[in-house]
Parts: sequence; C-alpha cells; structure tokens
Amino acid sequence: MLEIKNLEAAIGDKAILRGIDLVVPKGEVHAIMGPNGSGKSTLSYVLSGRPGYDVTGGTATFDGHDLLSMEPEERAALGVFLAFQYPVELPGVGNANFLRTALNAQKRARGEAEIDAPGFLKLARAEMKRLSMPDDMLKRNVNVGFSGGEKKRNEVLQMAILKPKLAILDETDSGLDIDALKIVADGVNSQRGPDFSAVVITHYQRLLDYIVPDRVHVLSAGRIIRSGGPELALELEANGYAAIVAEAA
Amino acid sequence: MSAALKPTALQSSALAFLSRFEGLRARLPGDVAIRDEAAGILRSTGLPGPREEAWRYTHLRSLAEVEFNEPLTPVADCADLLSRIPDFDAPRLIFVDGRFRDDLSTVPSLAAVRVGGPAFGALAQPASEKLVALNTMLAEDGADISVPAGVDAGTVVLVSLGTDLHGRAVAFHPRHNISLGKGAKLTLVEIAVGDGVYLHNPVLSVAVSPEATMTHLRIQDESRSAFVLSTVYADVGEGGTYDSFLLALGGKLTRAEIHARLGGPNAIAHLNAAQLLADHQHADFTTIVSHDAPNCASRQTVKTVLSGKSRGVFQGKIEVARVAQKTDGYQMNQALLLSPDCEMDSKPQLEIYADDVKCSHGATVGELDAEQLFYLRSRGVPAAEARMMLVRAFLDEALEPITHEATRTAMEHAIALWWERQAA
Amino acid sequence: MAADVETIDTVNALAEGGYKWGFSTDIEMDLAPKGLNEDIIRLISSRKNEPEWLLEWRLKSYAAWLTMEEPDWAMVNHPPIDYQDLHYYAAPKKKPGPKSLDEVDPELLKMYEKLGIPLKERAILAGVELPEGEAPQVAVDAVFDSVSVATTFRSTLAKSGVIFCPISEAVQDHPELVRKYLGSVVPAGDNYFAALNSAVFTDGSFVFIPKGVRCPMELSTYFRINARNTGQFERTLIIVEDGGHVSYLEGCTAPQRDENQLHAAVVELVAMDDATIKYSTVQNWYPGDVNGVGGIYNFVTKRGACRGARSKISWTQVETGSAITWKYPSCILQGDDSVGEFYSVAVTTNHQQADTGTKMIHIGRNTRSTIVAKGISAGKSNNTYRGLVRVLPKAEGARNFTQCDSLLIGNQCGAHTVPYIESRNATAKLEHEATTSKISDDQLFYCRSRGLSQEDAVGMIVNGFCRDVLKELPMEFAVEAQKLLAVSLEGSVG
Repeated sequence: MLEIKNLEAAIGDKAILRGIDLVVPKGEVHAIMGPNGSGKSTLSYVLSGRPGYDVTGGTATFDGHDLLSMEPEERAALGVFLAFQYPVELPGVGNANFLRTALNAQKRARGEAEIDAPGFLKLARAEMKRLSMPDDMLKRNVNVGFSGGEKKRNEVLQMAILKPKLAILDETDSGLDIDALKIVADGVNSQRGPDFSAVVITHYQRLLDYIVPDRVHVLSAGRIIRSGGPELALELEANGYAAIVAEAA
Repeated sequence: MSAALKPTALQSSALAFLSRFEGLRARLPGDVAIRDEAAGILRSTGLPGPREEAWRYTHLRSLAEVEFNEPLTPVADCADLLSRIPDFDAPRLIFVDGRFRDDLSTVPSLAAVRVGGPAFGALAQPASEKLVALNTMLAEDGADISVPAGVDAGTVVLVSLGTDLHGRAVAFHPRHNISLGKGAKLTLVEIAVGDGVYLHNPVLSVAVSPEATMTHLRIQDESRSAFVLSTVYADVGEGGTYDSFLLALGGKLTRAEIHARLGGPNAIAHLNAAQLLADHQHADFTTIVSHDAPNCASRQTVKTVLSGKSRGVFQGKIEVARVAQKTDGYQMNQALLLSPDCEMDSKPQLEIYADDVKCSHGATVGELDAEQLFYLRSRGVPAAEARMMLVRAFLDEALEPITHEATRTAMEHAIALWWERQAA
Repeated sequence: MAADVETIDTVNALAEGGYKWGFSTDIEMDLAPKGLNEDIIRLISSRKNEPEWLLEWRLKSYAAWLTMEEPDWAMVNHPPIDYQDLHYYAAPKKKPGPKSLDEVDPELLKMYEKLGIPLKERAILAGVELPEGEAPQVAVDAVFDSVSVATTFRSTLAKSGVIFCPISEAVQDHPELVRKYLGSVVPAGDNYFAALNSAVFTDGSFVFIPKGVRCPMELSTYFRINARNTGQFERTLIIVEDGGHVSYLEGCTAPQRDENQLHAAVVELVAMDDATIKYSTVQNWYPGDVNGVGGIYNFVTKRGACRGARSKISWTQVETGSAITWKYPSCILQGDDSVGEFYSVAVTTNHQQADTGTKMIHIGRNTRSTIVAKGISAGKSNNTYRGLVRVLPKAEGARNFTQCDSLLIGNQCGAHTVPYIESRNATAKLEHEATTSKISDDQLFYCRSRGLSQEDAVGMIVNGFCRDVLKELPMEFAVEAQKLLAVSLEGSVG
C-alpha cells in the first residue's frame, strides 16, 4: 500500500508539491490528472527518488517502508517502478543485458535466486509476444533510435519483466497512437491483481478508457483538490480543468 | 616527417627585420618600450619554425629567402587596385602598403576612428605569438576604431592595397584595434588586394563588450606572389558575439590565425572560412577558441577547395576551461581535392577540462562525388559547369550564414572569377 | 564459459579497493648494476649469448640514443627520468628458459595465481589441460622482468610450423629470421624510447607463422615488472607469411611501488600477402596511488607493416593502467588493398596521464583504415587521443574512417583530441568525427530506478560507451576487460 502524507517538495527555491495526501491500497489503480505544471511529474520523480528534488515536508511509505529515505535502486528492489515520460537512451547498452542486469540486481537485493541467460530470454520473449513486440527489440540498445511509441512500449516491457508491486506511469500515453495506446494499456491491465497497484499520471482522459482506474485524483498547484471515481475523469474531459480548479479555489 | 629547415634562413630573415627595426627605431611612432620588448623576443626566438607544433604544416622558408624593403611613401593613385575593391555604400579606410591614405578614404560618422600610428590595443601581446612580436616591432600605422555603447555603427570597410611599384618586395605590418562598447554593433568588411611580391603581416585586435556584436567579413584576394600572415585576437564579453568569415583566394604563402576568447557567459564566436587554392598556393587557416566562461557557444565551418599543386592547412583548437560548463563547441573542416597533386592537412583539436560540455568536430577530405557529377551530366549539364555547381554547393554551407548582402555578393563574384580563372 | 565466470568472480573478489595486482614476488634476482653504458649492453648481450651482429646492432642503437632527446610533444608531464638510476637487466636467479614447468620457481607460479588473470592460462601454465572443446586453447609466454620464463604449447604449435618462443631463444634457434626482421618495422633510431629499447632489450616474444598457416590457437604473453628500480624493455616480433593468420594477446601488470618504473617496449609486426595479425592488449600496469605517487611510465612503440597485398593488421587495446601512457600502435599500409585497424579504450583516473592513439600511413592503392578510440577521464587525470592519418600520393582510393569519443567523469579531469589528417591523393576519402560527453544524470537515474546500483550503472554505461571496441577483443579478454573498466572507475562518480 502506498501512503503519502502532506508531501511537500521543491526544486531549488521553487515549491512544486504543497502538501499531497494520497493512499493507494493494494490491488488498486489510481489516476492522477491535472493541468500542465500542477506537479504530476514531480510527484512521480519524488516517489522514485530522482536527484534534484528536495522533499521539504511530509512522508511517503510503501508497504510500511519509508520511500523517501531510500536510494532509487532500493525503491526499485522494493517493487516501485517508474515508467518514464521521456525514457532515457543508453548508447551501447543492449536492451536484454540491461533488463537482465536490472532484474538480477533486484532479485539479489531481495535475497532471491538470480535468473540465468536462457531463463531470462525465455521470459523476455514470452512477455514480448504478449505485447506484440518484435524480437529485435531485445538486441537493440536501450531506447537508442526508438520511436516515441517504441520507447513507451519498451517501458511497458520492462514493467512486465520486472513485475513491480507499484507502477507509476508518468504520462505514458503522450505521443502514442491508438494502437500503441491499447498495447500499453493491455500491458498494465495484465499486471493487475491483488499484489499490484498503480498510479497512472495523465493529462487526458483517453488512456483511462483503456486502464479503468479505481479512483481519480485531480492535482492542481501541488495539491490534490478533488478525488472521485472513474466518472471524475469524464467530468474533467467535458468541462476542462479550469472549472474544477475554480471550484476548489 | 618534414625535412628539417636550415636554421640559418629563418635566423637571417629575423636578423634582417631586427636590423630594419634598429634603423627605424627613432622614427617609429608611439611607445618605443613595447617595440624593444618585441625586438627582444624576436631576437631570442626568431621566426616560427617547422619544429613548432603550431607551424608543422606551414614553413616560412620561402618567405625567409626574400629580402624585404621598407615601403616607399605612397603617392600613386592606385586606381588599378582600387578598381578591384567592390563598391560598398559604406565609409572605407584605405591603407596602401600598410599606411593610411587620407585622400582615398571616407571616415565613418558613427564610430570614432584614429589613424596615423599603430593601434596596439591590449589583446595581442608580443610574447604570445612571434608574428605579433614582428608586427609590434615594426608597425607604423593602423586604424583604431571604437563604437560607443549602444551604437550600431553599421558597416565600415577596411581596405589594404599591396604594391610593388618599383619591383621591390616590401613588408608592412599594420596594427588595428577595434573596440565595441556595451551593446554596440559593427560590421567590419576587410578587403585586401595587391600586386607583386610583398609581406602583409597585419595584427587586429577586437574587444567585444557585453551584449555587443561584431561581424567581421574578410575577403583576402591578395597578389599570388604575396606572403600574407594575419593574426586576429578577439575577446568577447558576456552575451556578446564575434561572427567572422574569411574568404581566402590570394597569396603565395598565407596564414590566417584567429584567437577568439569567450570571456563572459553566453558569449558566441563563429569562425567560418572558405579557402580556394590553385597552382602552388599554400594557405593555412588556424584558429584557437578559448571557452573561459560557462554557456558559451563556438561554431566553425571551414571549407577548402584545392586545385593545381596547392596545399591547404586547417588547424582548429577548441579549449574548454574548467569553469566553462555547458560549453557548446562545434568544428567542421571539409576539403575538396580537385587535382591529383594537391595536399590537405587538417588538425582539428579539442582540449577539454569541463565535464558538462557538448563538443564535437569532424573532418572530411575527398574529391568530387563521381555519382553526383554523373547525375548532373546525364541531365545535360556540361562537365565543367557540373563541377562548378558541386563546388558551389560544397562552399554554400560556409557562406550561408553571411547575411550582409553586399559582402555576400562580392564574395560570390570573387568565387566565380576564381573559377573562371581555373577553368581557363 | 565457465572460465569466464570464474575470472569475473576472481576479479570481483580482488576488487576490494586500490590496485589489485600490486603484490611483488619474492624471487632471488640476478641484477645488473644500475646505469647504462656500453659495458652494460655488452653484459646483457653476453648473458644472452648473442651473436656479434646483435651486439653491434645494440651498440649502434645506444650510440643513436645518446644523440637523441626525450620527446616532449605529448600532453604528459613527469619529472626528468634518470636513466642511470635504473637496472637494465634483472632475471630470476634460476636459469632462464626452463624446459618444463616443473623447473619454474614455485614463487612464479604463485605469482600467476595472484594475478587473478588469466585463469585459463594459469591452468595451462600449471599443467592442467582443459577438456577438449571447453575453451579455445591459448599458448602463453610469460615475461617476468627481463626474462621469458615459460612458453606453453610449443610442441603443439611446432606441428603446424608455428614458432612461438622467447625472442632470446629465437636469436639462438632462428637467427636468420630475427636478423632479417628485427628493426625492419621500427628502426633502431626511430625514436628515443625505441632506440633505448633496441640497445637494452632483454626478452620478449617471437612469433613466426609460415605460409598458409592459420595459427591453431590464440597466442598470449603476460608481461610483469617485478624488481625494484628495473626498467622493462621487452621486444616482440611477429612475422606472418603469405596467407597466415594469428591472434596474439598481451596482458601487463606490475607491483605497487612508490617510485616510478620505466617500461619501454617495442613491438614489430610484419604481414605478408593475405596475412592477418590481430594484436590485442589489456594494459593494467600499476597506475600510481590516488595522489599520483608511483606507477609505471609506459613509453611503447608498436608498429605493424602490412607489406603484402590484402594483408591486415588489427590493433585492439584496453589501457587502464600506468601512471603515464605514451603509445601509438600504428600500421604502415604498404601492400595494395591492405587494411589497418585500431580499436582503443583508454581509461584514466586519479593522476594518470594517457597520450595514446595511432598512425595509419597509406602507401599502397585501395588501402583502408579504421580508427575507433574511446577515452574515459575521471579524477584528476588527463586523457589524450593523438592520431595521424597520412595518405601518400600513390595511395589511390585510400579510405579512412576515424571515430574518437571522450567521456568525462567529474570536472577535475581533461579530455583531449589531437588528430592529424594529411592527404596527398585526391581520390582518397578521409572522415574523422569526434565527440565529448559525460554520463548524464538522467542515464544514471534511469538505471538506478530499474534497480542498478550507482557503480553498476556507471559500469554499464561506460561499457556501452566502449562497446564498439570491446567487441573486437577475443571473447576471453573481452569479459576481463569489461570488469577491468568497471573496477578502474570505482568511486569515480557520486
């Protein structure tokens, strides 16, 4: 379970998150929506431990562990996965090598047995087939020369292989055509289960047609100003953010 | 490696310049102390030699073999040479054999100009380059141009005419200094032409204050028998720009050396050039860009076209100091070899001491693309014209940033003439 | 693959901080007195029982050296070297050139054990033959200070006509070959350090591959400097006749000492028609401590002559050691259609200085060369690529492609690129590209968010940066090299 209490964060002198309260129980998918600059991406980075963000107040725990005091790799080993809005290119680093190294580093940290190369390939191929990805994706360098859609699919492939307990999807839908969007949504939906929860960050309601959230939260100026069921997303789509922001003010 | 040069030729040449200095010393204008210092340096180090890394591709042997004389007092109207200067609708300062000619010049109104003696400036120091020492020792005249803060001084044309009216080789060492106040603007168009054998050894300092922009466009179309060794020192302050382009066509043995220092954040330097060489010409374009402040950008696109038995040299160095984080440095040198007997030597260098920088360079050397040539010919373009088209296309990238219409036109015209001369 | 995994584990186990190969081996040494003069050279020559022509060649080299000056053009700084304060001959007291491994000093065998690398080779040295097909066999020559102590698989190689032995033995057994080729690629007076080496070299490897023979196994030499105040001047000569093929590996270590030790080797390669030589180096001499005290001065001249048509010489190097590296493995592309390659990774940390690159001299028609150089600078180090591509007038259709990339880690180091591109043939096509970058915070965070530690992330990104070079290494070396890179850069980031 993810529990965020009064979380405040800043970049340098600029306060971005101004007191976020959010609980995502095990097995649930929550959507966070909000206008540009509301702090959506900052929230995802603070939860995953990106350097450069100062937590100035509040707490965030996952299954009782204090996330904010952990290194990024420790959070990953705990089961926190961030699907990047802009996946990073790693020239010369093969996708398969990268994924297997990451998977084994996490297994090692959790005291589990590592997976050997043939076992990994089998696992990866199976997941790729499910995500309709060509095999050569494994051979290519991590995200190098990938189209926007390929990069996002690669993020979903990583999620499928690393099997996180908490996935944070940071505008994974941006720049995707409808087919790619469906594949990404299928990837997330296939992970859904009692031990999987997700925070889906998005600007548009469109993705939520495919990943139906249990709860929807509206983020504005670093605070959650409204929460509700999936219907809230439709309301936002119909009326825009301005109405809700004005109403909350 | 290159054959060792007999040290005596360079030494005796240096001695000849030194003895000329001794003879002129009492008559030279301005502070004599700085000249004595320069003479001391030249006496102990001599002229640049091939054992020096910076001079490994350019040997001054042929220069050392010439006996140079003091220019005569210029009286001629120089009409013939003047006719080769394109007509700009701008004030022009004309120097003949390194001496200012009031009667031929028009003085700009928006910039302050002082002539009648060397404008040493503070940037070019005799100790830094031997050619600067030679210039400092013997400089007689030069233009001191300053543009007040906030003023756009428009275009000023600086002309050098080299003569050998009496068939005697002369040497002249003009010393110019340009300074731009904060936010000032100036386009300086330098045009050099000449006839016969002479040594033109100008040193030009450019101090660009913060937010100021200096555009420096140069057409070097000097005598094919001349030695042209020019040195530019540019220092650019915060947010300032030094934008320079050199078109080098003339000279027997030429070297254009530019030292550009980006001394304030967000400063910009463009050091672009095109060299067109034929016969036995030797042309060297050497640049040193020093990034001494963060967030500065430098760009160099240098194109060399070689024909005959000519030899082209490019040496470009980007230095990035530890403080110069976020530097953006780019350097591209491309050479096109049109004949089997020419030679290109290229040495693009990076010297980097800051980690968060984006620096790259590239160099290519090759001939015209046979496929492209064939394609054009198959569409009916005659071979010579097709070659010209491809050479022009090759040069275009370097010429493209030149927005000053009159200069651009003059350059295109000069290139067309050059090509006609080759084709003939 | 088992050996590779084991090797990794060993390297990991050794990777507990500092230089991992910095032990010295306690063996009784036969040391010549310090200093360099004709008498010392005569002593070396007589200890080696050399023929008169070789002594004369040495003395001529020495005379040339005396007239030369130490080169100063490289971007390296060091206090003046006192060439009279070095031993020019050091050999284990046991008689050199043991006939079998039983005769090898047990201390030496222990030393191989401590080296950690190369495990497979050590097993072979220790007389343990690996089962058929488990791994490619590697023949090893081990050079300890000045003397070659053990060469394995000689009889197997001899069956196919391959000669692989210490050069001192080749002088005795194949004088005609040595006399014909020694100094034919790197003349005695080529440069200051080559002249010094020619005067005082004591041992090294000799390889001869006869016409049409593909050497049945990798050949490998391990060089180690052990004695205090000793200069190591090994000389390697590899000759491959028409249609022959050889892959040669070289590894280097030295003990940890707080004075600088001089290493000035010369390597000469000769490839005749259709011959191929692949020469791989993993150089891990002691680099000095974090304050730049001690370490090896590595002033090496390596040059290959592609004498024959369609011959090929390929240099691959991974340079992580030495306080100073001054090294330009080169190819003289004389034969028509000959090919030269240079793949290099140079890592510098702390106060290390590396000035390394290559020379590709295109003489023959349609000669081709490829240069891929990756420099990684960290700490307070300086890392320079210096390379020359020269096309002579007769090299119609010559081609060169050069790619130089620098990676800076931290803002106290320097990365420099100094290419020389000289073309005297219009039909030649030369391309050079260079870039400079750093490991971005985004890349580090991305890897860490997937569960990799900071150090593993750096290792992975650096290995990715070097991929184009590492893939040129023979498999067993590549794995070691990858680990070596990661180990060398430990603690450089963060």
